[in-house]
Amino acid sequence: MENFEPVIVAFCCHYCAYTAADMAGTQRLTYPSNVKIIRVPCSCKVDALHLVKAFEKGADGVYVAGCLKGDCHFNNGNDRAASRVAYVKKYLEELGIESERLAMFRMSAGMGFQFAQTAKDMTEKIRELGPSPINVAKAQLKGEAA
Amino acid sequence: MITAERKPLEEIIACVAPFRKVLLVGCNECVTVCAAGGRKEVGLLASGLHMALLQQGKSVEIREHTLERQCDPEYVEELNSLIDGADAVLSMACGCGVQTIAGRYKDKPVFPAVNTKFMGASERQGVWAERCQGCGNCLLGQTGGICPIARCAKRLMNGPCGGSTKGSCEIDPDTDCAWQLIWDRLKALGLTENYVEMIPAKDWRTSIGNGPRKIIREDLAE
Repeated sequence: MENFEPVIVAFCCHYCAYTAADMAGTQRLTYPSNVKIIRVPCSCKVDALHLVKAFEKGADGVYVAGCLKGDCHFNNGNDRAASRVAYVKKYLEELGIESERLAMFRMSAGMGFQFAQTAKDMTEKIRELGPSPINVAKAQLKGEAA
Repeated sequence: MITAERKPLEEIIACVAPFRKVLLVGCNECVTVCAAGGRKEVGLLASGLHMALLQQGKSVEIREHTLERQCDPEYVEELNSLIDGADAVLSMACGCGVQTIAGRYKDKPVFPAVNTKFMGASERQGVWAERCQGCGNCLLGQTGGICPIARCAKRLMNGPCGGSTKGSCEIDPDTDCAWQLIWDRLKALGLTENYVEMIPAKDWRTSIGNGPRKIIREDLAE
């Protein structure tokens, strides 16, 4: 547990959070390398299946970062993404995975500091929660097999 | 379309847990449109089952396949190459699809992963509402295109009951009173004389009152 380094997948909208990550870099702001960024053309491109599969494949935490309310390049993709995240959170609870491991954030392209802070906060939160129950079960199964 | 909702995961797990290899079959028709059992929902359920069973220390191999139409035997034949590798089938189609698979592969246990709900129409994105109960003798021409059988809680045939309040049904203020809708529509169409005409007691033999129904088109049947 002490050496636990969470794997966090961040689906970032090209028009806001992904550019904010760029901005964080330009501002020489550091954020944990635990966060693996996947660029998407809009936060609503992220399907429920992408979120669930991320956990199945070993993510300890997942988040979707979309534009501020009313700022979506495609009108309301960010709101659709938020509804989808809320839906998947309920599914995760049904699966025995803490719903706090999944989150939706909103930011603009200029919010480099907020991007770095979100990455830090999420990493800390997942560190506190510990490895995902799926990774724990996989490790146990592997241990038994060995 | 026929609407459905996924069963609670716990119930599905109890069905598949005793098996080692499960074939999870979706349907590209109604259940895809109502987001209950199409290719995407098959993927979500397979992934969910895999994770839930893993936490219980069980390993069940789940193979996914989505048929064009699960209630049609000629499409179900597609499963011939997959069925031998499965100990059981989990179907995400409506009850018709589940029964078509069960009838075709008699030695395989088949379980439903969804609860089939009703024949409904889409009210808006993500909302489906009951519109038809398949009574076998359509009255929509007399009732302004609004069905008192599917949309009135009491299936009243001649006007509303005393529970109709400000256009809502007494069972739930969010449910429209079907007879208020019918009256409003007949008024708008200038057909209020339809309302005065008595509809005789319904003969339920055309519905489920006469046992399971069948349609035989002799020009098409082989």
